[in-house]
Amino acid sequence: MELAEAKLGIESSVFLDICKLQTKYSQVIDTDKLEDWPDLFVDDCLYKIQPRENFDRDLEGSVIVCTSKGMLVDRVVAHRHANIFAEHVYRHVVGMPLIHNTDDGMISTSTSYVVFRTLNDGESVTYSVGRYEDKLVRENGTLKFKERQVIFDTNQIATQMVTPI
Amino acid sequence: MNAIVNTDNLLKSWPTQGKGDGYNVPYGIFTETDVYNEEQKRIFRGPNWSFVGLEAEILKSGDFKSTFIGDTPVVVMRDEDGDVHVVVNRCAHRGAKVCRSLRGNTPNLECVYHSWAYNLKGDLIGLPFRRGIKGNGGMPKSFDMKEHSLQKLRVETYKGLIFASFSDTVESLPDFLGETACESIDRIFNRPIKILGDQRQRIFGNWKLYAENTRDPYHASLLHMFHNTFGLYRASQKGGCKLDDKFRHSILWSSKGTSSTAEDAKIYKDNRAFNSDFTLQDPSILAGKPDFDDDITVVILALFPNVIVQQISNTLAVRQIVTYGPKEFELVWTSFGYADDDHEMDVIRLKQSNLIGPAGLISMEDGEAVELVHDGIIRDQDQFSYMGMGGGEPGSSDHLVTESSIIGFWEYYRDIMGQQPA
Repeated sequence: MELAEAKLGIESSVFLDICKLQTKYSQVIDTDKLEDWPDLFVDDCLYKIQPRENFDRDLEGSVIVCTSKGMLVDRVVAHRHANIFAEHVYRHVVGMPLIHNTDDGMISTSTSYVVFRTLNDGESVTYSVGRYEDKLVRENGTLKFKERQVIFDTNQIATQMVTPI
Repeated sequence: MNAIVNTDNLLKSWPTQGKGDGYNVPYGIFTETDVYNEEQKRIFRGPNWSFVGLEAEILKSGDFKSTFIGDTPVVVMRDEDGDVHVVVNRCAHRGAKVCRSLRGNTPNLECVYHSWAYNLKGDLIGLPFRRGIKGNGGMPKSFDMKEHSLQKLRVETYKGLIFASFSDTVESLPDFLGETACESIDRIFNRPIKILGDQRQRIFGNWKLYAENTRDPYHASLLHMFHNTFGLYRASQKGGCKLDDKFRHSILWSSKGTSSTAEDAKIYKDNRAFNSDFTLQDPSILAGKPDFDDDITVVILALFPNVIVQQISNTLAVRQIVTYGPKEFELVWTSFGYADDDHEMDVIRLKQSNLIGPAGLISMEDGEAVELVHDGIIRDQDQFSYMGMGGGEPGSSDHLVTESSIIGFWEYYRDIMGQQPA
């Protein structure tokens, strides 16, 4: 344990890189730059939004499951051109990442989040609360998501979900 | 305030024939608290069977789940003999909820307030200080444990679907479901299933707007572009709706690949929902394998009053409606596959699950559609919606260009709401 912390202490720049990636992720969604969102993932990635009540029972059932970067792009194109939904914006508030390990070039972390949703009536509501379970890797020196698993506590989704968490 | 506040007056003033042979539904039926309260009495506690869960959710002795019939909390549980019981989730003592978890396994139900304990059939089996302490207190001599059970509902299962009823007079479950709905359930529940998980959606509109939505083949290719563009569902396909003789339940069905895309391009012309420019980078989301011997790829089986059984390609689910008042309901999607699914089939169902649920590429719009109507009808409760597609009559249809199934729902609704509960 001490050894792991010492190792992380040496590589404190890793911590900053993780925070930068998390912040960038929130910003592309909250500022409606969804087209930039898939590029935060490697090609062979997993993005999943899953109710905590399924995760805790070891059930696969998920709200969104993307098993490639192409599927992330398809979600964005559907968001722009296919799906019908009420105009809204998100605001992510993301906690500090808990770093589990950095072995073999793969960093795994857990991070709490809150997403507020504001419709065009101006009322902001707590839309989703939960945690990210991430696996991060470097691609040409840049940290990217190999996996981002969103496990949400707010198990009644208000109306619908079209924008990623 | 609203001109209409009384359910019986509203039912009496409901015209039997709409303009130009169409059908009308008064907006007050969606918005009024009085109507909502009467529905709890005459529908959810009336002579109907409400869906409460799947047997696969409570396989073992002591397994339970808590859910609702309308807005009444109930517990569904399996006893030591393997029988399923449904009780109102309310202690016979002072009315506290006896079950506080969504699901779990327990040898008995115990109220935390005063530790009254009930077995898995709902019988009272013990309570503290019944005979007092050192001669003080205790229950009256006449106290009979048998008179203080949890309120037990009638329970019947059909092919692994559990239904419960408050009514002593309702017909047996197979008779209530009718031959057509039973055949449709037989087809989907032809072998043991496995639960894949739940998704819950809170929709801010009246529950009957969703009853309409799931009996509406007219909207499916116009609202849901994903359906239409990728040919999963088009109104030009082979399909139709089948209703029982009382019009209670509705089956919408269709077969993909039974219309010509070139012809469809003309039919839908420049409609938003038909977009041949939209292609997928990863089409594996649409890959599948037939689950059944027929060519039917969409089944929306809406069972009155509170559940929809669905097959859309390889996605299988039940959607349970839980009411929270005239302006709000919850939709609980429970997805399942078959117990004998191999890894390839698990992956197919997982990828296709992107199509359904509150974030489903072809179903997310329904929540929004319900709310658009609800927001539009917030006043003018004495005015009416209009339905004429397919001729404005209730009944079955051998095509998808119709609203006859929705009209069927309303005909049964009027009938059941016009009856005073026994």
